[in-house]
Formats: sequence, structure tokens, C-alpha cells
Amino acid sequence: MLELINIDKRFGRLQALCGVGLSAREGTIHGLIGENGAGKSTLMKVLTGFVRMTGGEIRLRGNRVHPGGPRDAMALGIGMLYQEPLDFPQLSVLENFIAGQAGYDPAAARQRLARLARDFSFHLRADDLVGDLTVGERQQLELLRLIDGGARVLILDEPTTGISAQQQEMLFAALRRLKATGATVLLVSHKLEEIDLLCDEVTVLRHGQVVARRSRPFDRDDLLRAMFDVLPEREGATPKVAAGPPLLIFDRACAGSGRSALAGLSLTIGRGEIVGLAGIDGSGQNTFLKLAAGLLAPTSGEVRLEGEDCGPIRRPTLGVDTVYLPADRLTEGLFPQLSLREHHVLATPGRALLTPSAGLEDTRRAIAMHGIKGEAQQPVQDLSGGNQQRLLLSLIPEKTRLILMENPTRGLDVHSARSTWTLLRRRLEGQGAAIIFASPDLDEVMREASRILVFSANRVVLDIPAREASSQVLSRAITGQVDALVAP
Amino acid sequence: MEISLATFLAAVAAMSAPVILAALGETLTEKAGVVNLSLDGAILLSAMAGFVVASSSASLPLGFAASAFTGCLVAAVLALIGVSLHQSQVAAGFALTFLCRDLAYFLGHPYARQQGPQLTTLPIPGLADLPFFGEVLFSHSLVVYASFLAIPCCLLFLYRSRWGLMLRCAGENPEACWARGIDPNRVRIAAVVAGGALVGLAGGAFSLAVKPGWGQPQGCEGIGWIALALVIFGGWKPLRVALGAYFFATLQLLGIHFQDAFPTVPAQIFQVAPFPLMIFTLILIHASRQSRGRLSRLLAGNAPKWLGRAYRRS
Repeated sequence: MLELINIDKRFGRLQALCGVGLSAREGTIHGLIGENGAGKSTLMKVLTGFVRMTGGEIRLRGNRVHPGGPRDAMALGIGMLYQEPLDFPQLSVLENFIAGQAGYDPAAARQRLARLARDFSFHLRADDLVGDLTVGERQQLELLRLIDGGARVLILDEPTTGISAQQQEMLFAALRRLKATGATVLLVSHKLEEIDLLCDEVTVLRHGQVVARRSRPFDRDDLLRAMFDVLPEREGATPKVAAGPPLLIFDRACAGSGRSALAGLSLTIGRGEIVGLAGIDGSGQNTFLKLAAGLLAPTSGEVRLEGEDCGPIRRPTLGVDTVYLPADRLTEGLFPQLSLREHHVLATPGRALLTPSAGLEDTRRAIAMHGIKGEAQQPVQDLSGGNQQRLLLSLIPEKTRLILMENPTRGLDVHSARSTWTLLRRRLEGQGAAIIFASPDLDEVMREASRILVFSANRVVLDIPAREASSQVLSRAITGQVDALVAP
Repeated sequence: MEISLATFLAAVAAMSAPVILAALGETLTEKAGVVNLSLDGAILLSAMAGFVVASSSASLPLGFAASAFTGCLVAAVLALIGVSLHQSQVAAGFALTFLCRDLAYFLGHPYARQQGPQLTTLPIPGLADLPFFGEVLFSHSLVVYASFLAIPCCLLFLYRSRWGLMLRCAGENPEACWARGIDPNRVRIAAVVAGGALVGLAGGAFSLAVKPGWGQPQGCEGIGWIALALVIFGGWKPLRVALGAYFFATLQLLGIHFQDAFPTVPAQIFQVAPFPLMIFTLILIHASRQSRGRLSRLLAGNAPKWLGRAYRRS
């Protein structure tokens, strides 16, 4: 029996975990679910000693234990399979298998690896380079390594992200086998099918607290409600769907590799559309935005901007036709120590020599037009987040046809968020432009978008006009349940 | 001047011995993910220390011990700044290399142009009489034999031992090391200091055997930068690093002989030629990497993933 009792974890002023309790018996698979930032990963890192808890206790088979680091955790038989493979790509499978073991006996290790691989029906060749393996195979290797190291409590963090369906089957079979041998498996996931298929019990976290504990059989709607809370339905006017002539065309486009890959994608985005991208972080939204921006070339298929192939851009400046606003606006979008005026000068082509007042007029005009609270000669790092975002918007050239944004209102208060959207909408009027934005805030997506794309497991699983979307439909799609829905 | 091939190859072996020691030391260091740019200064400082200790104590073993110890000491400073304190390895290495150089000239000044002990050649009985190979391989000083032995030892250590595996892991992914219960920074410190010992021995090899004596200049200046380049040239693989050292020594010696053969060509051209030739070879390697054949696999270097980056636990 593994018990986590009253676990608290504080990072500075942020309370990441608050009085979290969880108990998992031997021979069971215990699910841990919750949305991004609910505290799942932190809790698991506490268990492996990667981070120290600020309060609470951990009991393993009745004894209080204090894992002070992965080495201690390993000695206690606690092993973790990380979301990103934590291994050595340039080393061989066998070397990865023995790294960290007490002794050094490659011949014996080779035999143990072969036997374990046979037991679990994994096809791993000891002399292959780990970097040449797929994410799924690297995960299999890690799993075998942990078992070989004597792990009896196995933690898996989102193990099915980025692996093939067949590898998923093999993994699930392996987990069931481990369960049968009396191991305790903790499965961190946001996919309810996996929970349904594998888990005996499940704990739901939200904002660092346990909000629900359930045993088999699970009621999916009940779990969804616990995960996302009650989402307020959309209020106010539905943005009008004014899909004009096609602007951006994806034609069977594939891009990226591993976990950020995007599988064959065919869709058309028209002028005048505001497309909201929803999904758990890293489900492919960013790859989609980079493809649209031309920052990433499709590995197959093509992406066209109004008829022309938009391969990787040759000039690393903001394109004239396309503007991409990253989520981390101060480090990726602005130069913190340059003034507002200097930003405007940089954005205006064709000036070689600069006077101290160059661009001052333009900047003042932009400040007035966009309601920026700041002076033209002030460094932008002194501006508030909302004013920084309005400055970025004021820098977008007039003739821009496609505006791409990651989390456009991140860190903004309600007022700033609203003014950002007012400015963005103004851009669309009469210019035949389109906006595509990704946001973790489902309310924002439903309120502002005219069309919604939901990403799950690196695919677009849902493509609907915003007026037909409800929070329930979207949250089901985000967690990978599209059975009853119209897939694109 | 006509010389036999055997004499020429023997000269190559003798000339490249200290370079091999230094380059292998740097290979160990970089395999663990740390760039030690202090090489050139460290070689000079340990050359001075070796000479001073050997001539004061009249003991060559003590001299070599002193130079190895000096190499360790310089490396330990770099490890402290670049690994323990997470500061820039490049900045620390650069500062150290100039500090060590000036320190060597300053401290070694009283001993300049003095007579000191010198390692003599030690032909291996029996083997030295072999035709051709006897002269090329078995009629050298201990330093050259050490450089021969260092290559297989380095290979065995890196690829056939638990310590070597841990060292490569620390250079590849310190985070994954930590997850497996290995403290990557401890491994890195150990690797940097051990590599420093080899670099120190290279310094001793200069002042006590290859270019015996101390003075300003000593004659080993610049070798540290060559050794650093050889590590990249060799793709962080000990055998290729050593081959690179032989290649470079061959070019240098050829330059000297061509000077005699073509007296009309300015001597500087032959002195400088090895350097652009090395750069040209690097370009060739790069170009062959563009194609994905067997050759490119063979030539491909695999730089440790975390090379030059400090690891701080989150």
C-alpha cells in the first residue's frame, strides 16, 4: 500500500499542492487526472524526490519514507517514466539499460534485457542507438530498466502521448501484466479512455487539491465535471461567421516529429474568420501555428497562403503577410530595453540613418490609437502586460492578412483582455484578414472565435463553428472522446 | 636532405606524443560535457612546474608528478567555476589560459635557460631491433610510449567501464543522470580533474622530453589550441583524435622537409600550411556529412549533447 497523506507543496507564493491525499494498493492501477497545472506532475515529483514537499508524509507498506532524490526513490522501489523520454539518445540500448546500475556487467545485463523484452513482447535490440528508436520504444526500454532495477511502484506521466496505437496496446498489456504481478501503477493522464481501460481507481486534482476519488465503473461525465468544474456557457452575441474566400489552405500537411508532430491535416481557413485552437498544451496547436506562419516546413503535404506555397520563410523577420505573436511576449516578441519609438522604427522598413526623434510621430499616433498607457521614449519592459500586448498589436503592419497568436491574453486582466480583442476585431474589418489563436482558456475560445478546432493527440479531432460548440462538447473532444461527434 | 620513411614516422610519433596526451585529456573532459579552454595556458604552466621541480629535486618522476598535479589544479579551478558555480565555462577557460601563461613566465623566470634533467630515449630491448617498426615504434622515450598506451586506455575506460559510461552519460543528459541516481556534477568534476592530469603530463612531456628546458617562449605555446581543435576534428572519438594528432604532426614535418626541397618558396608558407589544411579537412568532413552514406557515418562527430552547458537541478 502506497499512501500520500496531506501533501503540501509551495513554490514561493504559489501553493501547488494543498493537503493532497492518495492511496494505492498493490496490484492496482491508480489514475491521476486533472487539467494542465492541476498539480499532477508536482505530486509525482514529490513521490520520486525530485521536489521536496513542504508538508505531509509518504507511507510505503506502512512505513514512513522520505525519498530525498531519485536514488532514494529507486532504493525504495519507486520508479518513474517521464513524459519526455529521459534517456541518452547517443548511447546504445544496452548502455541506457545499465547506466545508473550499481555493478557493471554488460554480458549479464544483455541477457536480462533480452529476457525482460521477451516477457513483455517488446522488440528491442541491445546494440541499436536509442536516438534511432521511436518514442514508444524508448519508453519500453525505460520501463524494462525500471523493472530490472526493482521498481514495485511505477509512475507513468502521460505515457501515451506521441506513441502509435500499436505501441499503446503493448504498453497497456505490459501495465496489466505488472498489475498482475502485484506492482502498484500510478497513471497520470488526461485521456478518459485510458482511465476507463486500465484504472481501478482514480483521483481527480484541480488547483492542487483533490476534488474527487472514484472507483470502477467510472462515469465519464462525472469525471469531466470534476476535472473542469462547471464551465459557464457562452453569453452575449455569437461572433458572426463570415468565412470569405480561402486564405490559408492545409493540404494533407504533416509536420514535426515525436511528441509535437501533427498528422495529415486538410482544411481551409477563409478571410474574415477567427479560428480558436483548443486542446491540452502540446497537442499540436503550436505546430499548427508554426506551419501557418511558415516557421516550420511540412514534412509532407503542403500549406498554401492564398495560392502560394508558404515553405519555410527565408527572412527571419515578421513577414509582410503574416504576423506571429508568441505567448512569451516580452522575451520573444519585444526587446525589453528598447523604447516604444525604437520598436516602431524597427518595424518600419527603409530607414538607414536615425535621428533621436525618428518615428516619434508614428509612435505617438499608435499610442493614441491603441490606448497604450506609456511614453514613446519609455523602455517597453516598464509597460504592463496589457500595454505590451497593445504595443505588439500596434506594430502589426496594415496590410497583414494573417495574424497568428499563442495565448493572446495570457497574464492580462479582464479589461486588458477585452481591449486586446476589440483591437484585433478592428483588424478584420474590411481587410480580408484572418486570425488564428491558441488558448488554454476554453471560455476565451468560445467567446472570441468564430470557428473552433480542437486538438487531441496531435490531430484535429473537432472542427465546428463556434455557435454550435458547448463547453461539454469541447471538453469531451479535448480529452479525446470524439465518438459521438462529427470528426473533420 | 634525404631521410628514410622510418625516421620520418618516428619523428611524427615523437612530435605528436604531448599533443595526443593533451587532446585525449580534453576528450575526456568534453565527453563529460565540459569545455576546458584553459588548455594552452595549463600546458605551459605545468611544463614550467615540471621543469622547476625536476631540476630542483633532480628527479624526473617528481617533475612529471608536479606537472600532472598542476594540470589537475588548473582543471579544478575550472570545475569549481564552470560546474559547481554554474558559470560560463568558456569565459572561465579563457581567463584561466591567459592567467596560467603569464603565471608560468613570471614564476619560471629564474629558471629560464638553465640546464635541467631530460628524459632519454629508452629503446625496448628486442623490439627496437625489428626492421622498420623497431625505429618507428620502439626506440622512443617513455613519454611517447605513454602516448601510445593512452589511446587504448582511453578507449577501454570510455567504452568498457562503468565509470566511462557514467562520464558519457553526464555529457549526454545530466537530467537523466540525476533521474537514475547519478550526480552528474560530481562525475563532471572528476572528469575535468582527470583530464587535467593528462593535460599536465603533456606540459611535462614538453619541458622534460620533447622540447627540454624552460624559457620564454618555451616552444609549446599554441599546442593547447591545436589539441582543442583536434577534439572537434576527431569527433570526440579517442582514436580519431589521436589520428588527427598524427596527421597534424605529419603536416608540420612535411612542411619542414619541403622547405629544403623548395628553397625559393618562402619558409613561412610551409610553417603556416598545416593550419589551413586542417581547416580544409574540417570542411571536407562537414561536406561528407551532408550525404548520408557509410562514409558520413564514419566521419560523423557526435558532440556530447550538453557540451558547455552547466547543469543546475531544477
